[in-house]
Amino acid sequence: MTPRRTLATAGRVLSQILHDPRTIALLLVMPSLLIGLVAWIFSDTTAFSTVGPAMLALFPFVVMFVVTSITTLRERRTGTLERMLSMPLGKGDLILGYTLAFGLLAVLQSSIAVGLSVWVYGLEIDGSIWLLLAVAVADAVLGTTLGLLASAFARTEFQVVQFMPALVFPQILLGGIFLPRDRLPVGLEEVSDWLPLSHAIDALQAVATDSEDAAYVAGELLIIGLWIVAAVVIGSITLRRRTP
Amino acid sequence: MGIIEAPAVVVRNLHARRGKEPVLHGLSLTVPRGIVMGLIGPSGCGKTTLMRSIVGVQIVQSGEVSVLGEPAGSASLRHRVGYVTQDASIYDDLTVRQNLLYFRAVLGAPRSDVDRVIEATDLGSSAGQLAGSLSGGQRSRVSLAGALLGSPELLVLDEPTVGLDPVLRVELWRLFHRLAATGTSVLVSSHVMDEAARCDRLLLMRQGDILADDTPTGLLSTTGTVDIEAAFLALIAAHPVTPDEETP
Repeated sequence: MTPRRTLATAGRVLSQILHDPRTIALLLVMPSLLIGLVAWIFSDTTAFSTVGPAMLALFPFVVMFVVTSITTLRERRTGTLERMLSMPLGKGDLILGYTLAFGLLAVLQSSIAVGLSVWVYGLEIDGSIWLLLAVAVADAVLGTTLGLLASAFARTEFQVVQFMPALVFPQILLGGIFLPRDRLPVGLEEVSDWLPLSHAIDALQAVATDSEDAAYVAGELLIIGLWIVAAVVIGSITLRRRTP
Repeated sequence: MGIIEAPAVVVRNLHARRGKEPVLHGLSLTVPRGIVMGLIGPSGCGKTTLMRSIVGVQIVQSGEVSVLGEPAGSASLRHRVGYVTQDASIYDDLTVRQNLLYFRAVLGAPRSDVDRVIEATDLGSSAGQLAGSLSGGQRSRVSLAGALLGSPELLVLDEPTVGLDPVLRVELWRLFHRLAATGTSVLVSSHVMDEAARCDRLLLMRQGDILADDTPTGLLSTTGTVDIEAAFLALIAAHPVTPDEETP
């Protein structure tokens, strides 16, 4: 693994996306539009102030997961993945290159989502907006790396698509959106404590209501960060140069 | 490097499956250095599986594959072997030049190499076009250009001339021979028999086994035929398929 090869891969992924303006537009504004729809649904109630932060975690996470896993899926299907792995490209170069490229997009996407939520959709944030943005970006990068992990772990295209409900839906169901996590039955609450999306939602809600101090949010950020690193490492290890 | 240079490829008793299907059953062969070696045989005879095993991307069941004196798939071989898959493996949403610039960066080849391979594959006029907008023949040339970057010692080319017009095909074969003359070993597969005559040496392959390993002229004289296709048919007649080979 070398910085040159990692950065070349990140640059290559970004050039690919730059050739497709519609994808960039969808990627950058779709989560924001979905959050806007939720804000509109609840416009006659006060519910958006409690649901809003969770939506800020949910949509960028899911969109980044889907986009990343489909992009790497394409690379597998067109044979370029096999070609690159027969060349002196480290498996880590590939996974980290993708993480950097999509991480950059995640920063832009989350900034738009946070900006629109706060200044247009009227989401009230009692804590620091910068902290809110930091958690939102980490959450979107998490979606990217889990998408990469799913794609590296899968052996076929169908498996990749199946990993999405397997990896994403349980996290949404147990993340505290449907039922606060402390009211989940014994067992499920413990499981939800281990899921990274739960921590992203908790952190965003904590910043929105300013109910916890910065150290708490930093701790949650650390947990998300560890998941990101773990996904990159496990993704790099499970990617196979030889296939049947 | 020893005093006696190891052959480009040595395969001993190779067994491999493609998916779940056994494709290679104990195949052995040697590819000498510095020649254009043709791998000729009908579709489905195992050419691609053999080439994938040599490049080191195929899981093999048993047997030895050594490339340039090292086990196939070794990390040190990854910039010494150029591989072109049957379907062009390039990024359709990048331009020709962007594809090659990325491959170059990964290989650590000199910057000037990109222009050199664009010229060698006659892609100058389409260098700025998106690879996805090119014809099949142009796309396979982009794929080939990528394999020429960094001047690898061994080129493994899986049907690189399919779908190319005759003039270009002749040009590419000239290129393969120029590369061989400078010491590059070229292993090129084809199911087109008339291309076989252009090779320095031929491996005739059928149902996962090597039927013959000879020069084109040697092959014609031992079989008493006048073209490679007839020689191939004569060899098949001399080596009838055993019943257990026919069962899938």
